Amino acid sequence: MALRDRLGRARAAVSGAVAGALGRGIDDAAWEAVEEALLRADLGVATTGRVLGALRRKVEAREVDGSAGLVAALREEMAGHLAGAERAMRMGAVAPSIWLVVGVNGAGKTTTIGKLAAQQVAAGRSVVLAAGDTFRAAAGEQLAEWARRTGADLVRGADGGDPSAVVFDAVQRAAARGADLVIADTAGRLQSNANLMEELRKVRRVAGKGPGEVAEVLLVIDATTGQNGLVQAREFAEAAGVTGVALTKLDGSAKGGIAFAIESELGIPIKVVGTGEQVDDLVAFDPAEFVAALFDE
Amino acid sequence: MFESISGRLGTALARLRGRGRLSEADVDEVLGDIRTALLEADVSTEVVRAVVARIRSRAIGAAPSPALDPGQQVVKIVRDELVALLGGETLAIRYASKPPTVVLMAGLQGSGKTTSSAKLAAWFRAQGRNPMLVGADLQRPAAVEQLQVLGESVGVPVFSQPGDPVETARAGVERARSLGRDVVIVDTAGRLAIDEELMRQVRDISAATSPMYTFLVVDAMTGQDAVQVARAFDESLAISGVILTKLDGDARGGAALSVKEVTGKPIAFAATGEKVDAFEQFHPDRMAGRILGMGDVLTLIEQAERTFERGQAEEAAARLMEGRFTLDDFLEQLQQLKKMGPLSGVLGMLPNAPKEVKDAAVSDAMVASAEAIIRSMTPAERAAPEIIDASRRQRIARGSGTQVQDVNRLVKQFTEMRKMMKRMGGGKKGARGLDQALGGWMPGR
Ligand SMILES: Nc1nc2c(ncn2[C@@H]2O[C@H](COP(=O)(O)OP(=O)(O)OP(=O)(O)O)[C@@H](O)[C@H]2O)c(=O)[nH]1
Ligand SMILES: Nc1nc2c(ncn2[C@@H]2O[C@H](COP(=O)(O)OP(=O)(O)OP(=O)(O)O)[C@@H](O)[C@H]2O)c(=O)[nH]1
Ligand SMILES: [Mg+2]
Ligand SMILES: [Mg+2]
Repeated sequence: MALRDRLGRARAAVSGAVAGALGRGIDDAAWEAVEEALLRADLGVATTGRVLGALRRKVEAREVDGSAGLVAALREEMAGHLAGAERAMRMGAVAPSIWLVVGVNGAGKTTTIGKLAAQQVAAGRSVVLAAGDTFRAAAGEQLAEWARRTGADLVRGADGGDPSAVVFDAVQRAAARGADLVIADTAGRLQSNANLMEELRKVRRVAGKGPGEVAEVLLVIDATTGQNGLVQAREFAEAAGVTGVALTKLDGSAKGGIAFAIESELGIPIKVVGTGEQVDDLVAFDPAEFVAALFDE
Repeated sequence: MFESISGRLGTALARLRGRGRLSEADVDEVLGDIRTALLEADVSTEVVRAVVARIRSRAIGAAPSPALDPGQQVVKIVRDELVALLGGETLAIRYASKPPTVVLMAGLQGSGKTTSSAKLAAWFRAQGRNPMLVGADLQRPAAVEQLQVLGESVGVPVFSQPGDPVETARAGVERARSLGRDVVIVDTAGRLAIDEELMRQVRDISAATSPMYTFLVVDAMTGQDAVQVARAFDESLAISGVILTKLDGDARGGAALSVKEVTGKPIAFAATGEKVDAFEQFHPDRMAGRILGMGDVLTLIEQAERTFERGQAEEAAARLMEGRFTLDDFLEQLQQLKKMGPLSGVLGMLPNAPKEVKDAAVSDAMVASAEAIIRSMTPAERAAPEIIDASRRQRIARGSGTQVQDVNRLVKQFTEMRKMMKRMGGGKKGARGLDQALGGWMPGR
């Protein structure tokens, strides 16, 4: 289902799920319904508490107009947390720009790279994909298929080889060819694995050696992820200097509220959203749309 | 009837603290924290509500634990409840009477189906079977190649063909049958629970292959969505169990509880890494501790319970030195011995006992035989062994399946030991005597 369709349903559902309980005015049940909705969207206990705290202060200051006003105030409060962030995928000052894509296993890194490559090729840029996942079975073949689909170039290394060498190689070749953009895939890794995080540090270091400029380090977060997502964001940011989040699989029944927690707690902006497995299923992040969809039932 | 030491001590301690049963206030105070812990572990809100309500009714009015304070006791009740919820019925794998046994793998995108398929194939091989893998994900780029590489690494053949996934799965099972392969594992494409078309497709694959087992593969990092996913896949496919993946990470894994609670299906396997050998049986007790997160509190509870047991042993030691030690106490200590290892119970507590005594190895057979003899005695005989005459001795030997001499030896040595202990407790040096007394206190030694 397209995000837009879901949005239509979402608007209707807000008055159902949340406002329904609010009909009697802002009593305990109403607050509980709001809390429940936020928790079910995977915002987490702490972030939910913060949002509700701010909302309560508004209610106490009589800035909220009855129960119907509470829903609007909630949306406004949440949108406020997401206001003002720079969400465009950045190009560097010197070519080639390098986008490094990182995240835990199976989050959607390789697929997101395919979609990003398609968009950039369509925008007239020459794109090189770096097959920095030399570990997972057939990860190189998977990226090769995306290169074929999108018309991007591909640089691969030996299976089991050093990922930073592949990325280095890709950057060199992109520079030699005068390419605009290198998008580097990396193997999925759990942030608790110290060796793999060290490997990622090295990839980031080598990618930044020049020529070119690392313009984005994109952390891919699966919308079904629960509270571990915050830990992921913290650890990947520490190891690789994450500049933005790609929130994938938002076409499912999961709300992706953990991305709200990541942006509002850690200040890492959500940049793009994955809405399917096909090449066109990637859109720019729209805070208002996202907040409304959080309450979709 | 006689009471055991622990029973006596338990009530005494509780009286000492002047506490009754767990009150509503005691319970609710802790349940607030428990609710937060479960939510932070990603247990779904509806499951948290159900579980907390159940725990509340169980905990209120529970008899106070002699070892734990009320807070700790509630946490322990929660932990035990989670272990019970996560465990229960296990999945015993049986094989189709007409081979091959078909296993279907299903789940969301990226949950770990393909990797787990290969791990499962290796597992079946280790069970002495001849598995085959079927790649029915014709959707994701290089999904079949991935399965082929993994299949090769575990030495299991992989079948796939382009075209329609349902046809491919059917053909795969046929191929396995013709090759005499007795287990077929069908890997399918990732799909969203709300994608009606793809859910219909996997139902068709299931209908075409008649799987004996259908596993839902769930990522341990999953949040609140786990309930929707579990419900939808279970309704569509009637899953037989769950494979929980990526447990090598630091996610608390509350999804396990959500999935188990809404489907009632066992969590059969735990995947703990990307390599094909990172696959094991699921351990409900470990998972319960992990979800609850309260590592410190849980450790504290264990310590408190251990200390309590030690307290019992100390009490017994005191009674021993005052000469009030009975054969019941002795039996109790034997049971502790079995739990704690060589003489670490009462004997290890004695101040002057020589090292040889503290370290003396006691074989299971010796303990068992002594236990049998004491159990064959009446309470009166246990309390006052001097009343054991010849006919009683014969009865006890018959009852315990030992010789009369064994009974004699036990009683004699117990009596000597008690005397010696009393002397020692009275401040006299008794280490040598103790050594002698214990030297042969076990029958058959
Ligand atoms: N429905 C849906 N599926 C997606 C989306 N993005 C990725 N996927 C699917 O998620 C699965 C995993 O995607 P990959 O791109 O292989 O993920 P990855 O992070 O590269 O995985 P590893 O390299 O194995 O760690 C694939 O089946 C993708 O088709 C999305 O936005 N929506
Ligand atoms: N750390 C860790 N990674 C795992 C585990 N199981 C699978 N993975 C990784 O998770 C990613 C996705 O695994 P796959 O087996 O491709 O998942 P899938 O469900 O088949 O994915 P799709 O077919 O794209 O839907 C890969 O990078 C695997 O190596 C696990 O137990 N621990
Ligand atoms: Mg990948
Ligand atoms: Mg797969």
